[in-house]
Amino acid sequence: MSERVSLLIGTPKGAFILESDQRQPPWRLRGPLCEGWPIHDISVMPGTGALLAGASNPWYGPAVWRSDDMGATWSHSSEGLTYGDAGPSITAVWNVTAAHGTIYAGVQPAGLFRSDDGGATWSHVEGLTNHPTRPDWQPGRGGLILHSIVPHRTDSDRLWVGISSVGVFETQDGGVTWETRNAGVRADFSPVPYPEWGQCVHKLVMAADGGEHLYQQNHCGVYRTSDGGRQWEEITSGLPSQFGFPMVAHPRDPATIWNIPLTEPDQGRFMPDASAAVWRTQDAGASWVRSGNGLPQEGAFVGVLREAMAGDGLDPAGVYFGTSTGQVYGSADEGLTWHLVADNLPPVWSVEAIAT
Amino acid sequence: MSGGTPTADVRLPRSLAALFPGNRRQIPASGSTLAEVIYDLDRTMPGIRDRLVTAGPSLRRHINVFVNGEQSDLATPVPPGAIVHVIPAVSGG
Repeated sequence: MSERVSLLIGTPKGAFILESDQRQPPWRLRGPLCEGWPIHDISVMPGTGALLAGASNPWYGPAVWRSDDMGATWSHSSEGLTYGDAGPSITAVWNVTAAHGTIYAGVQPAGLFRSDDGGATWSHVEGLTNHPTRPDWQPGRGGLILHSIVPHRTDSDRLWVGISSVGVFETQDGGVTWETRNAGVRADFSPVPYPEWGQCVHKLVMAADGGEHLYQQNHCGVYRTSDGGRQWEEITSGLPSQFGFPMVAHPRDPATIWNIPLTEPDQGRFMPDASAAVWRTQDAGASWVRSGNGLPQEGAFVGVLREAMAGDGLDPAGVYFGTSTGQVYGSADEGLTWHLVADNLPPVWSVEAIAT
Repeated sequence: MSGGTPTADVRLPRSLAALFPGNRRQIPASGSTLAEVIYDLDRTMPGIRDRLVTAGPSLRRHINVFVNGEQSDLATPVPPGAIVHVIPAVSGG
């Protein structure tokens, strides 16, 4: 089996692509791409291989970029990516996720848009914005952002989204109506410890078996659900911190996920003890194992953002993450050992890994 | 009125021209106001209005447009033969 992998890297100074034939050095670097636009997320459109990049430009606004030749050439569009002239201006596209022939874009201020023509034009998924809680949504430190989009694997009408300091919502009717999915998730910053909504979800992922098994890294802990988010169970115990951003699900084993705990917000948001590590559970969060093998074990005051870790889907699974200080690390053995993929990049905002 | 005889000579910055096929830095466009000129420009370069105009509608916060050297907004009249400079605000980082 080929082990050729491409890593799609989003940074505030453009997109980059790293490629290796064997998931080991040497890694070849291309970029900056997308005219140096700040790139929050890059994903691949299933069935087409098109690269989709969610972007925000301080002068020219938000857009979704698309490449059909693995990043050699790009086009962009934000036609329809608006709340209307009376609404707030959209400042950024934080997440682009394609499924069932539709591309979804999560934006700031929080809302969901969809494109059914490959990203040429966009339409507002008004049902989410019309949710009765919307007037009371408040931004977190990173803004009021819709950052996680998780489509159901087989049911195109079902979709979960995660919004910072607002929580998780699910639609089962293609976006017409939405319900909160936050029961069992703490909100330590709220006078109500378990509100219906208002939890600060940092990252939402689907387990390998699809459907009802989800995981989330929250501002206040790590959680799993086996019923599509109607009830969450905390699985933080065993981790060195409840705080973190990225999370990746194993491509085949629904009980395996990786995450990267960080020190609490008032303690710097870097890896605990300044010692870099990725943590893995293979029993759905009942226990966690640390791996720092190949990562800097002292003086590593680095953070990893929510989109900046990804898996390549190969067997054994490869896992990759990028740091807020411009390093990219990779593992070709399910996170047991790590190597430096790239250094001296701009701060890494997002990583996507694809077997090519 | 847009789409008629070109009334303005629009000058684009490198960072904006590079986003569109042909990478054109100087484009003729028609209209009696800056809003109309930008609409007409969008016919030649589809998508460029979204890069310049946000909700309101208004010019994006860090986009400066000068009509014959005067800083302008979307309502600014554009006389025949005007030179329209689009200039991104200075920024670091």
